[in-house]
Amino acid sequence: MSTTAVAEQTPRPTLAGLHPLAWWAWALALAVALSRVTNPIVVVLLAVAITGVVLMCRSAGRWGRAFRGYLVLACAVVVIRLVFHLLVGVDGGGPVLLDLPRLELPAWAGGLDLLGPVRLGGLLSVLYGGLALGALLLCFGAANSLADPIRALRSLPAALHPIGTAVVVAVTVAPRLVTSFARVRRAQRLRGLSATGWRGLSATVVPVMSDALDHALAMAASMDSRGYARTLSARRDVGIALTLALAAAVVGTYGLLDGQAPRWLGVPMLALGTAVAVVAGWVAGRRAQRTRYRPDRWGVAETFVAGCGVAAAAIALLSPTLRQTGLPGAPPLAWEAVAVAALAAMPAMLGRGASR
Amino acid sequence: MIRLTDVTLTYPGAKAPVLEEVSFAVEPGELVLVVGGTGSGKSTLLAAITGRFPHSTGGELRGQVRVSGRDTREHRPRDLADVVGVVGQDPEATFVTGTVEAELAYTLEQLGLPAAVMRTRVEATLDQLGLSELRNRALDELSGGEQQRVAIGAVLTAHPQVLVLDEPTSALDPAAAEDVLSAVHRLVHDLGLTVVLAEHRIERVAGLVDKVVLVKDGRVRVGAPAALLPEYEGAPPVVALGRLAGWQPVPITVREARRQAGPLAARLGAAPVAPARRVGERLLSARRVSVRHGVTTAVDHVDLDLHAGEVVALMGRNGAGKSSLLWALQGSGRRASGTVRLADGVDTAGLSPEVARSKVTLLPQPASDLLYLPGVAAECAAADGGTGRARAELDALVPGIGDDTDPRDLSEGQRLALALAVQLSADAAVVLLDEPTRGLDGGAKAVLAARIREVAGQGRVVVVTTHDVEFAATCADRVVVLAGGQVVADGAATDVLRASPMLAPQVAKVLPDAGVLTVADVATRLAARDG
Repeated sequence: MSTTAVAEQTPRPTLAGLHPLAWWAWALALAVALSRVTNPIVVVLLAVAITGVVLMCRSAGRWGRAFRGYLVLACAVVVIRLVFHLLVGVDGGGPVLLDLPRLELPAWAGGLDLLGPVRLGGLLSVLYGGLALGALLLCFGAANSLADPIRALRSLPAALHPIGTAVVVAVTVAPRLVTSFARVRRAQRLRGLSATGWRGLSATVVPVMSDALDHALAMAASMDSRGYARTLSARRDVGIALTLALAAAVVGTYGLLDGQAPRWLGVPMLALGTAVAVVAGWVAGRRAQRTRYRPDRWGVAETFVAGCGVAAAAIALLSPTLRQTGLPGAPPLAWEAVAVAALAAMPAMLGRGASR
Repeated sequence: MIRLTDVTLTYPGAKAPVLEEVSFAVEPGELVLVVGGTGSGKSTLLAAITGRFPHSTGGELRGQVRVSGRDTREHRPRDLADVVGVVGQDPEATFVTGTVEAELAYTLEQLGLPAAVMRTRVEATLDQLGLSELRNRALDELSGGEQQRVAIGAVLTAHPQVLVLDEPTSALDPAAAEDVLSAVHRLVHDLGLTVVLAEHRIERVAGLVDKVVLVKDGRVRVGAPAALLPEYEGAPPVVALGRLAGWQPVPITVREARRQAGPLAARLGAAPVAPARRVGERLLSARRVSVRHGVTTAVDHVDLDLHAGEVVALMGRNGAGKSSLLWALQGSGRRASGTVRLADGVDTAGLSPEVARSKVTLLPQPASDLLYLPGVAAECAAADGGTGRARAELDALVPGIGDDTDPRDLSEGQRLALALAVQLSADAAVVLLDEPTRGLDGGAKAVLAARIREVAGQGRVVVVTTHDVEFAATCADRVVVLAGGQVVADGAATDVLRASPMLAPQVAKVLPDAGVLTVADVATRLAARDG
C-alpha cells in the first residue's frame, strides 16, 4: 500500500504518548517560578532550558512546529519594550550610554517627553523585565508545542465537556480561517480587484466568512450525526460548581504569586478550589454516560516531568538570591540559579536522543 | 431498513416542495445509488434519511421516514447515531479530533461504550479499511482518499446498520476514488451494511449497486440499474453505447459491454491513422517552471506550450501539482524558477491584476472564492462592467437563474457556472479552469464541454484540470499528465487516455482497438462508414 512508505518517514517519538497534563504542569510550574524570579541570569538560563526541552521532545506535527512562533513573539516583546524605553522611558540611574536630544511634547500629551538621554540602569531594568515576560511566553509556547491542545482538552472533567468541545472546534477552525483568507485574497486578484479599499475588503471578508460559517455548520451537523450531546443530562449544578472552583483557583493562584496579597488569598483559596473541583468532577463522572477511549495514563515519566518543574519552582520561590536583579551592579550568581535551570531542563533527557 | 411513506419535503420559505410524495423502501444489505441533476434534491433526500432534514436544516416534513424502525420525526440525528452513519463530500470539514485513532473512537465515546468494546471496534475498523499504518497520523496530513476512508471508518465503528454517503468521491482522483468505493463494496459484503450512495459520476459505481433511485423534478423513481439508467441523461457511457448499438440487455459495466462488443468492434475496424494535429500560433510558453511550498516541490521544471484552438486536459493524482502549475501559469502563483511568456513576450508574473485578467483567466478552486456580491446580477455587472457578457455566458451554461438570487443560495453547480461566466466574460486568450466539473451533473457537463470547445474555436486556448476522465475525453484534444510535479505524458487525447487503464474512458475500454474515446466518437465513425 502506498501509505506504508509515508508512515515510515515520520517515526513518532515515544514522548507523543506522554500525558499532556504532565507538560502543562511542568510549564505552569516554570511560569510560576518566572513570575517571581527577577534575576536575569536565571531568567535566561530558564529560557534556554525550556527551548532545549522543546527542541528535544516536541512531536513532528503542526503543534510541534508552533514553537518557532512563540520564540519570535518573545523576542518581539523584548525589542518592543526596549524601543518604548528609548522613546518615552523613565531615566533610571547609572551612566549615560546614549545622549539623544529631548523632544518636548505639548502640554495635552500629559507632560511626556520623547527620547532624551539613555542611562544604563533604566535600560537594564527594562531589558530584564522584557526577558522575564518573554520567558513567560516561552512557557506557554512550550506547553502548546509539547502537548497537543486537543488531547489536553480530552482530559477535562466530563462536566466541562461542552466547553472543551467548543474550544476544540475553535482550535480546528481558526487555522482554516487563516488559509481561507489567503486563498480568497488570491482568488479576488483574478477578478482584477486590488485588495485595498472598502470593496477589496468586503470582497475578501464575505467569501471567508461564508466559508467559515459553512464549515462550522458542516462540523455541527457531523457532530450531531455522530451522537454528540446525546447522553448529556440537562443538570447544570456540576458545571456551576466547577466554574466556581476554577474562579477560586484563579484567585488563589493570584494570591500565591503576588507577594503583597493577603495571606488568606493564597494557599487556602487554591486548596478550596481544588477540593470543589475534585468533588464536582467525581459527581459528574458518576453521572456521565460518555466514555473515554484509551485515556492517557499517568506514569513514572509523567511524574518525573511534572516533578522537575515543581522542584525548579520551589527552589526559585524559596531562594532570595534569585529575586535580586543586582541593579545597579551585576546580577548576583548563586548555586540555585544553575540548579533551577538544570531541573527545568531535565525532561530533555526523555527526548529523541535518549529514546533511540 | 429504510422506509419512506408519502414524504413531501419543503424548505422554510420555499414556495414549492423539493420532493413530493416520495415512497420507497430499502431492504437490509442493499446498496442503493441515488442519481439526479444538480439541485434536484438528492442531498435533501439523504438528509431526510439521516434526520438532518428537518432537525438541522429546518423545513417541513410531511409523511413518514423510518430508519431501522425509528421515526426521524421523533429521533434527532444524534439519536440515530448508532444506526445511521453519515459521510459527506468534504471529510476534512467534519473531523472533530486530531488523529486517526481518536477520530475513529469519537462516536463510540459519545455513545458511552465500555473501553474494552471501543478498543476492539477501533482495531477491527483500522483493519477493515486498511488504516492501521495511519493510526497515529494527524488528520490534516492525510491525502484526500485517506481522509475519506477515515471518515467512513469513523462512522463504522459505531456498527451502524445504514451508511449514507453523499458524493464521497467527488474530490478524489480516479485511483483514490476506486480505493474508497472498493472499501464501501467490501463493507456491504462483509458486514451486510445497507448503503445509500449519491453520486454524479456514476460510471464507477453503477456495476456495484442493487437499486437506483432517480430524482427528477421533485419526483422519485426506483428500479434496477438496467431498467432506470438508460433513461437518465447522466448515465455511464457504456449505457449510452449499448443504446446506440442496440444491445440487449443494456450493459451497466465495462465487462458486460465487452461481451457484446464483438460485432461493433468489427464494424468500426482498426483505428484510422490520426491526421497530424494542426496547431495554431503559440499563445503561452512556459519554460522550466518550478513551484515550491515550503520544503515540498509542487511543480518541478515544467516546460509547456499552449497554442490557439487547443483544449488541454491537465490530469494527475491529488497533489501532483496541477493547481500549482495553473497558478504559476496565470502569474499570481509564486514561482521558484522559470518563465511564463505570452504571445507578446510579456512574462505573466509582472502583470497587474486588471491587465492579467484580460490576458490570462483562471477559475480557481473552490470557484465560490470569486463571488462576494449579494446578487447574481450584481456579480455579472461587476465582472463585465455592464455589457451583459457575463449574464449571456451564464444563461448559456445554466439558464433561468434569477437576477436577485444570492450566489450563496445557489447549488454548487450553479455557483460554479456563475463563477465561470464571471471569468469567461473577461475574454482572455488563455483560459485556465481548475476542476470546473465538481458538482456538475451529466447535462451541465455536456454544456460546459461544448462551451469549452467553442471558446477554443475562437482562437483561444483552454486548459482544464480534471479527475473526470469521461469529461476529458469529451472536450480535450491534448492531455498532459503530471506526477510529482513533472510532466510524465503529453500528447493527443486519443493516445494518452488510451495508454493507461486508470485514465481510459469506458468506451475505450470496451473498444480498445478502434481508436475511440466517447460514444459521440463511435457515432461519427459509424456515420462516416455508412455514409
